[in-house]
Amino acid sequence: MSVATRVIPCLDVAAGRVVKGVNFLNLRDAGDPVELARRYFEQGADEITFLDVTATVDERATMYEVVAATAEQVFIPLTVGGGVRSADDVARLQAHGADKVGVNSAAIARPALLGEIADRFGAQALVLSLDVKRSDAAPSGFVVTTHGGRTETSLDALAWAREAIERGAGELLVNSIDADGTKSGFDLELIGAMREISRVPVIASGGAGRVQDFAPAIAAGADAVLAASVFHNGELTVGDVKRALAEAGVTVR
Amino acid sequence: MVVLDYGSGNVHSAVKALELAGATVELTADRGRVAAADGLLVPGVGAFSAVMQQLNAVRGGELIERRLAGGRPVLGICVGMQVMFENGVERGNTTPGLGEWPGVVDELDAPILPHMGWNTVEVAPGSALFDGIEDERFYFVHSYAAQRWTLDAIAPFPVPRVTWATHGVPFVAAVENGPLAATQFHPEKSGEPGIQLLRNWLRTL
Repeated sequence: MSVATRVIPCLDVAAGRVVKGVNFLNLRDAGDPVELARRYFEQGADEITFLDVTATVDERATMYEVVAATAEQVFIPLTVGGGVRSADDVARLQAHGADKVGVNSAAIARPALLGEIADRFGAQALVLSLDVKRSDAAPSGFVVTTHGGRTETSLDALAWAREAIERGAGELLVNSIDADGTKSGFDLELIGAMREISRVPVIASGGAGRVQDFAPAIAAGADAVLAASVFHNGELTVGDVKRALAEAGVTVR
Repeated sequence: MVVLDYGSGNVHSAVKALELAGATVELTADRGRVAAADGLLVPGVGAFSAVMQQLNAVRGGELIERRLAGGRPVLGICVGMQVMFENGVERGNTTPGLGEWPGVVDELDAPILPHMGWNTVEVAPGSALFDGIEDERFYFVHSYAAQRWTLDAIAPFPVPRVTWATHGVPFVAAVENGPLAATQFHPEKSGEPGIQLLRNWLRTL
């Protein structure tokens, strides 16, 4: 018996609305993150991730309402990433029903933030989110980027992941900027490299296009798979992905 | 029902899940309300030592002890279960727990930690908590657990029912011991089977 591989739909939310193309039939309101999250819950999603892509402080308040409304109807773990700058932000998100937070650029700007969150809420509540690009400039061949991949930092992705785990990150969300949007499969080398240096769970993200793309990510070392557009545009359901994983011999719920 | 309000993280879901299971729920640490409730749910996430500190700040141990002494039901969840044991050991530091059960909560010996996700359980024979949901998976998120159970039955009390799970090593996933029950996993995050477990608990009250 072992822990099941998790399948995690991710919703980009701005000002309380899902912003990436949603093309579901039979949804009362396709842009409503609460309704979409409930749909994924019913499909068998193992967790839900909200990525707050909001630009302004006013809009951020809306995110708390979205989290609270979702947590009233969706009884699986809820991760919220984007805009987390302090331990107090985490406290506020948890008070509204979030279980975990994803931290990305704020931790790059101030790595001590990771320790502050882990000390107060535990490593299990802290996901380090990395947007990774292949680059000869980095010793491992993988560099950390910000601004959706448009800006390269001087951080080697593997060295940064290692440091973040030491500082208290309890999970890595590894998003390949190269693979993101291509729908040609996950970056398996990147996942394998992260697995090798990480004792915490690794979530593979970026590149999912077909049901058969998911099992190789698990074989490469991922504990969970995350996808957005293939679920939102109705190409795949969570159930489709789980069936394909099970057929490939992967344990799913 | 009362969900003990002592500053623990996400208690929102515990309240909502209990409501969905059919309970009327209040989030409070008021001594009178806690004592009078039909059932008390003790949530808990994060570090064992931090949870004990927060519990002590509202004299949670005394509130729990008083209920149990009167045979009043208590359900601990995750670290809310761990603190029922004698000690918690984290990074070499030992913190005394509430000591309702003998034993120590220690780091799991597993290749990947935290143990995060949906796992199966080996349900104790005769379990009331898992009635009808014996074959379901439940959501775990923790690095520490009680890995031994040493409390025997003491007449005239019924034998404690201990449910196990495995992540690297076997550990205690749930206990039903008279008025005190607890789960290492999060029923409030385990979808419909988790709600059913809460319903089962409410039925025993």
